[in-house]
Amino acid sequence: MQTLKVKVWRGAENGAFQEFEVPRQESQTVLDVVTYVQRKCDPTLAYRFACRVGVCGSCAMTVNGRSRWTCRTHVDKVAEDGSVEIAPLRNLPVIKDLVTDMREFFDKWAKARGRFSGSKTRKDEFERVSPESKERKRVDAGIECIGCGVCYSACDVVSWNKDYLGPAALNRAWTLVNDVRDTAQSERLAAVAGDAGCHACHTHLNCTERCPKGLSPTAGIAGLKRAVLSATLSGKI
Amino acid sequence: MSAAGIHTPGMKNDYRARNHPAYWAFIVHRLSGLLLTLFLPLHFWALGQAFHGAAGLDGFLAWTQNPLVKFAETGLVLLLAAHMAGGARLLLIEFLDWREWQKSLLAVAAGLSLAFGLAFALNLG
Ligand code: HEM
Ligand code: SF4
Ligand code: SF4
Ligand code: FES
Repeated sequence: MQTLKVKVWRGAENGAFQEFEVPRQESQTVLDVVTYVQRKCDPTLAYRFACRVGVCGSCAMTVNGRSRWTCRTHVDKVAEDGSVEIAPLRNLPVIKDLVTDMREFFDKWAKARGRFSGSKTRKDEFERVSPESKERKRVDAGIECIGCGVCYSACDVVSWNKDYLGPAALNRAWTLVNDVRDTAQSERLAAVAGDAGCHACHTHLNCTERCPKGLSPTAGIAGLKRAVLSATLSGKI
Repeated sequence: MSAAGIHTPGMKNDYRARNHPAYWAFIVHRLSGLLLTLFLPLHFWALGQAFHGAAGLDGFLAWTQNPLVKFAETGLVLLLAAHMAGGARLLLIEFLDWREWQKSLLAVAAGLSLAFGLAFALNLG
């Protein structure tokens, strides 16, 4: 039987790779490989997953040096010379093995004012937003984020500046900036402006290159730069 | 919960995560920006020679006819063209709404800078 050489990160940041041999299977995903290691080789291996079908965003890891969702990454696509190297996401504290501490990632969504603020109650009529409107199209382009952290892990500016809100939080803010029902626009633009916000982005497109949902946080961040600029010029923030 | 608190750095990316066209564009832009910055004081110094009379400047300009200097100049034009085309690409991405064709801007920028560099080199003769 064909086998795959797998190097898996063990321990926290000062840990090391441990090697395993895993039988190859048809349509095998990287998550299948990790699961095999945990079930058949070493039950103390720590990793996260839930849906296995690319919905929940919990299974992201660094595979052969690149951040990826592992449940929908086929071994065929990423193996190099019959081997894969599996490590935790970059730019996040490593708790153990393949598990990172995602708190700062999600705290930054809150900092970027990533929650909706409305003015209506359940007694009001539905707001009508045309699917053809410019705003709604921009929301559509960014709304499918699953919060996997792949973009955050791939972004160099996150490595350089620990306060940088990062691509996912800024992408979320951009979808709300284009939500015509939202009532906290000035606060949100103020929250995403400045050194730790959209202006820190250097348009490397690492995030856009890697996002498994095919989103472009870079595009949203560029939109935020323009929105902040015009809000500043018109004295709104 | 681990001892790892909020904002501990985590592990860093290596070259494998960075090997894609847009990242190379960034490297070219930063290197060309820095090299141009190094060249700028030299440029001002050369212009400043005019203050010491025409002879000083003419002497310097004669030196620049040296083929090696000409060769270096082509490099400089290429740097400036690459930085300008790359800078224009960034500004187009950031100031226009996102369109798929913006991905091709990279090729356009690279092509333009090469064209500028070549045009200059051919004009040398
Ligand atoms: C010719 C027109 C030029 C344009 C359109 C232009 C455009 C730009 C842009 C858009 C950036 C920001 C890049 C980023 O966000 O990372 C930048 C950065 C920079 N530019 Fe220029 N620039 C020009 C000329 C110059 C010249 C003449 C110099 C040097 C004398 C220079 C030196 C730099 C440096 C050092 C950086 C920082 C690089 C970095 O952050 O990676 N630029 N330029
Ligand atoms: S485009 Fe901006 S947010 Fe995306 S990886 Fe680059 S610096 Fe980070
Ligand atoms: S923007 Fe893409 S890569 Fe980033 S968290 Fe959302 S789905 Fe993941
Ligand atoms: S396990 Fe849910 S996205 Fe991979």
